[in-house]
Amino acid sequence: MIALLIRDLRLAFRAGGGFGLGLAFFLLVAVLVPLGVGPDSSVLAKIAPGILWVGALLACLLSLDRIFALDFEDGSLDLLATSPIPLEGVVAIKALAHWLVTGLPLTLAAPVLAVLLNLPAPGYLWLVASLAAGTPALSVIGAFGAALTVGIKRGGLLLSLLVLPLYVPTLIFGAEVVKRGALGMEVGVPLLLLSGITAGAVALLPFAAAAAIRVNLR
Amino acid sequence: MSLWEYANPKKFMQTSSWALPWVAGLSVLALAGGLIWGFFFTPDDYKQGSTVKIIYLHVPSAMMAINAWVMMLVASLIWLVRRHHVSALAAKAAGPIGLTFTAIALVTGMLWGQPMWGTWWAWDPRLTSFLILGLFYLGYMALWQAVEDPDTAADLTSVLCMVGSVFALLSRYAVNFWNQGLHQGASLSMDKEENVSDVYWFPLLVCISGFVLLFVALVLMRTRTEIRARRLSALLARERLA
Repeated sequence: MIALLIRDLRLAFRAGGGFGLGLAFFLLVAVLVPLGVGPDSSVLAKIAPGILWVGALLACLLSLDRIFALDFEDGSLDLLATSPIPLEGVVAIKALAHWLVTGLPLTLAAPVLAVLLNLPAPGYLWLVASLAAGTPALSVIGAFGAALTVGIKRGGLLLSLLVLPLYVPTLIFGAEVVKRGALGMEVGVPLLLLSGITAGAVALLPFAAAAAIRVNLR
Repeated sequence: MSLWEYANPKKFMQTSSWALPWVAGLSVLALAGGLIWGFFFTPDDYKQGSTVKIIYLHVPSAMMAINAWVMMLVASLIWLVRRHHVSALAAKAAGPIGLTFTAIALVTGMLWGQPMWGTWWAWDPRLTSFLILGLFYLGYMALWQAVEDPDTAADLTSVLCMVGSVFALLSRYAVNFWNQGLHQGASLSMDKEENVSDVYWFPLLVCISGFVLLFVALVLMRTRTEIRARRLSALLARERLA
């Protein structure tokens, strides 16, 4: 499993792997929004939590179809399915690799971009905390969506249609944590709910995703 | 006589062919009766005036939008467990109907909300969760469309339906978090003091039963169409082989 993780990470980091694409997209969103709504810092401070979370979510979405599609095309997914590692484990590892390549850099880059959006000072800690707690759920849910659409040619658009509604609870709680944190309010409840969603998704969705892959490989 | 014998498409077609006119006729009767009763023979509300009568379309379609998803979930589970094709086709048939009910609920809600709350749209928890439910229906139907092999499509949509149910529920409770509801609390529950008054309650019941029957009739009709389409494609495939 560790070998698989290292393989996926290597593939992502090398040329054409798409590492940094999500990050660049996130940067662009954070730059474009002030250009669109104007530089009024009080307005920006108000919408910063939501924009940062939506940006992170869309950046995650960009690279989802890579999770399984390439392996499906060249047949390595068949090999993985017949390997001694259970397919659920393969899914979990691939989601972890996706998170390491997109979710983690997004979490680390978010405070820098929050400066651009004039996020109030108490919000920074909670921004990082909420992204760290929430982005794993985005990766796992995305892996499930990618597993559903892996057999479909040009399934990218369908993938976003399937995955975005599933992202709703994560987005609501994640943005709520940052919003409350920025206002200096209590953040415990949404943060716990967000972590709960992540824990539940990580625990259960690999099974659903593996079932979908088995169907697609049939 | 068990429910499972309707897993046989032939048996299903036989029974549904005589059941369909009855169900459809009853639903027309109930809808016509309930709507006419509701629209013309109930008094105006003292606060809301005659707009209160949208309730006869709004509440039943909203209920059926959720119930259609539940029916899809049950049918998908039956497909996954027992692999009855009729069940998968019934789930497929229910998708667009549920989406239509969701749209009716949203549109009538907007028409009702504009004079009452002064706005066509607000990010009220129930409005938001219905919009999200509509997106789930869209995704479910799009997945059916996109996958070519019917069995694969049935499997994948069933898995999506199960996962989607969990997330639709989560979204429903997540939007409650904003705490800015415009809707009143539940007013149709059986055990509460503050229900809608009986004048509205009885025609509403008739309308709800009419919508349930309408849903059953539409599902039966669309499932029959799906079965026929499946037979047709099987015939065509056989002809190509011969």
